Amino acid sequence: MTQTGKCVEPAEPAQVNYEQLDLLIRKFENIFYILVPVMAVLISLVVVGIFIVIQNASPLVAYASLFKSSFGSLYDVSNSLNRAVPLILTGLGIAVAARAGIMNLGGEGQIILGGIFATVVAVNLYWLPSALLIPLSIFAGALGGALWAFVPGFFYAKHGTNIIITTILLNDIAIGILGMLVKGPMKEAGGYAPQSAVVALSAKLPFLIDSTRLHVGILIAVVLVLLTQVLVFRSSAGHEIRTIGENPNFARHSGVNVKTMQIWLMLGAGALAGVAGSVEILGSQHRLRSGFLANYGYEALAVALLGQKSPIGVLLAGVLFGALKAGRGGMVRAAELPVSFSMVLSGVIIFFVVISPIMMKFPRAIAVRSMNRSRTKSPQGS
Amino acid sequence: MENILAVLTQEFFYAMIRMASPIILAAMGEVMLERAGIFNLGLEGMMLFGAFFAVLGSFLFHSAWAGVALAMMVGVLLGLLFGWAVISIRANQAVTGTAINILALGMTSMLARMIWGVMDVPLSVSSIDVFAIPLLHKMPLLGYVLFQHSPLVYLAYLSVPLAAFVLYRTSWGLKIRAIGEHPKAAETMGIHVLRWKYAMAIIAGSCATLAGSILSLSFMNLFVDNISAGRGFMAVVSVILGQWNPWGIAMGGLIFGFGNALQMRLQSFGIPIPTDLLLIFPIFLALIVVLISKGSSAARPSALAKPYYKE
Repeated sequence: MTQTGKCVEPAEPAQVNYEQLDLLIRKFENIFYILVPVMAVLISLVVVGIFIVIQNASPLVAYASLFKSSFGSLYDVSNSLNRAVPLILTGLGIAVAARAGIMNLGGEGQIILGGIFATVVAVNLYWLPSALLIPLSIFAGALGGALWAFVPGFFYAKHGTNIIITTILLNDIAIGILGMLVKGPMKEAGGYAPQSAVVALSAKLPFLIDSTRLHVGILIAVVLVLLTQVLVFRSSAGHEIRTIGENPNFARHSGVNVKTMQIWLMLGAGALAGVAGSVEILGSQHRLRSGFLANYGYEALAVALLGQKSPIGVLLAGVLFGALKAGRGGMVRAAELPVSFSMVLSGVIIFFVVISPIMMKFPRAIAVRSMNRSRTKSPQGS
Repeated sequence: MENILAVLTQEFFYAMIRMASPIILAAMGEVMLERAGIFNLGLEGMMLFGAFFAVLGSFLFHSAWAGVALAMMVGVLLGLLFGWAVISIRANQAVTGTAINILALGMTSMLARMIWGVMDVPLSVSSIDVFAIPLLHKMPLLGYVLFQHSPLVYLAYLSVPLAAFVLYRTSWGLKIRAIGEHPKAAETMGIHVLRWKYAMAIIAGSCATLAGSILSLSFMNLFVDNISAGRGFMAVVSVILGQWNPWGIAMGGLIFGFGNALQMRLQSFGIPIPTDLLLIFPIFLALIVVLISKGSSAARPSALAKPYYKE
């Protein structure tokens, strides 16, 4: 933030007030932290709009119904928030790990394992009271997710094994295991469809508002976001995490146990994804199906990036993505688009979110320009 | 014991050679790109795009080879798009790749519904015929296994010595490797780093889509959703297994060919293992091999996956 030298005309360097320039840059940067994610989403909506036009549908109709079916009524809003919960929880773990430079692409598999573990507990321990069964099921889910994150995390920290590859392979393995379980061992007794039995009544998450489906998962997510915010920005562990991300060698020399921290971060990310899977089962779907949160792991990655890797940012981005997710069904029906269209929307948004940091170049350029302009107006200089 | 050995027939090895070919071809494109310092996780999506556009081209122009040409053109465009994002914009390479994968999965199924509508049996198009190599295919044992394949399969195996030759025996290869190890030094030597990176991205893209067209036009004559089924990831893994050396990568590709062929074979034998588990068997194999090979990545290009800032 202080490398101001390059941007200034070398002709009259003596007249430049670097402090003022720094302040200006910081001011514009703060604006851009909000502007960039918004722009990324808007640009992707425009690009997707072009795809909609190609299919002889009206983008206006499509987006109007997207908005209507995600925020149109209290019921729709509750639905959007329910969709946001797994994205926020998974994105939170990914964001914190990413702060330490770990790319966890394994959200997909960790969510699935969380769902499997939570369902096993929630179906079989039906005789437990709610106050015990719900926490126990969520804990089991967290354990499942953490288990699935442990192998890539351990091998990454200890041997430098490519974590992107291991997490992605484990995603596909988890999908296979889930498919096998719901068709075989975990299939509902006497049922025909490939799905598990319904979880015990005492394991279902209570609803927050009558006549909506909003469950307490959103509260769990908000509490975990706030806890993580404190952990990352207000604790020594958070400081260590950020140091590892910025300069692992410096972290090592200043006494941080980098490897242990990396393993713990992956375990935490896996556990959060596992909680996401279990909350979805206990709160929304109530039984395990193949593909029960398909693509949420990858979209959570976009949520983490869009939220600038900060827990509060993840919360906001998660709600936005949840709304997009909840509104897609309505959009696809209203504009008569194929169902796979919602996946195109995901892909385009992730693409523009990932290239959006390029826009962070602008604050400096704008600051320099506005500075130059004020200087030419008043030739005496600043 | 006899039952297990009964799997290893001529047909089995034929299937292994065949199934390995798209993985090897895509991996050869990938190794050129990774040697130039870029990690392309979007290989899976690019293969899927290739498979789709090959069928589309074959459908539109009634010629399988026109389909292959269309697939390669799309590959060039995909390479440019990916290259623009990771080279010029310097976006995170793994996430850009993931975006391409999701986009490919959604786009190809959407376009297939749009163009051919919803059908019980997917539309079949003209495919690429098997080309038996004269004389050689009559060889006992090996003749059938090695020399009765589709021309694209031979091409996949020919790409291995070609990639090895370019990388290790030409000045181009030296430049590419220099860029992957130390781009600043390469730039100082007067190598156009960004230009070379773009060139490799285009090569990787067209190799991946060509590999995709093997899946849809040589193995089958139609497109089904997610036809690539993780083979792009297997190609990325074989690059790591082969330590960024084309010959080693070909061995890695053959391991996956083995896994795929074994899975198909066991399925046709009706062995009481759930299909879902059989399908993930090659992926599980990939994971085990990656974990065993651990951190032995001395051959890894030093500047891999790091964005390059031109001064």
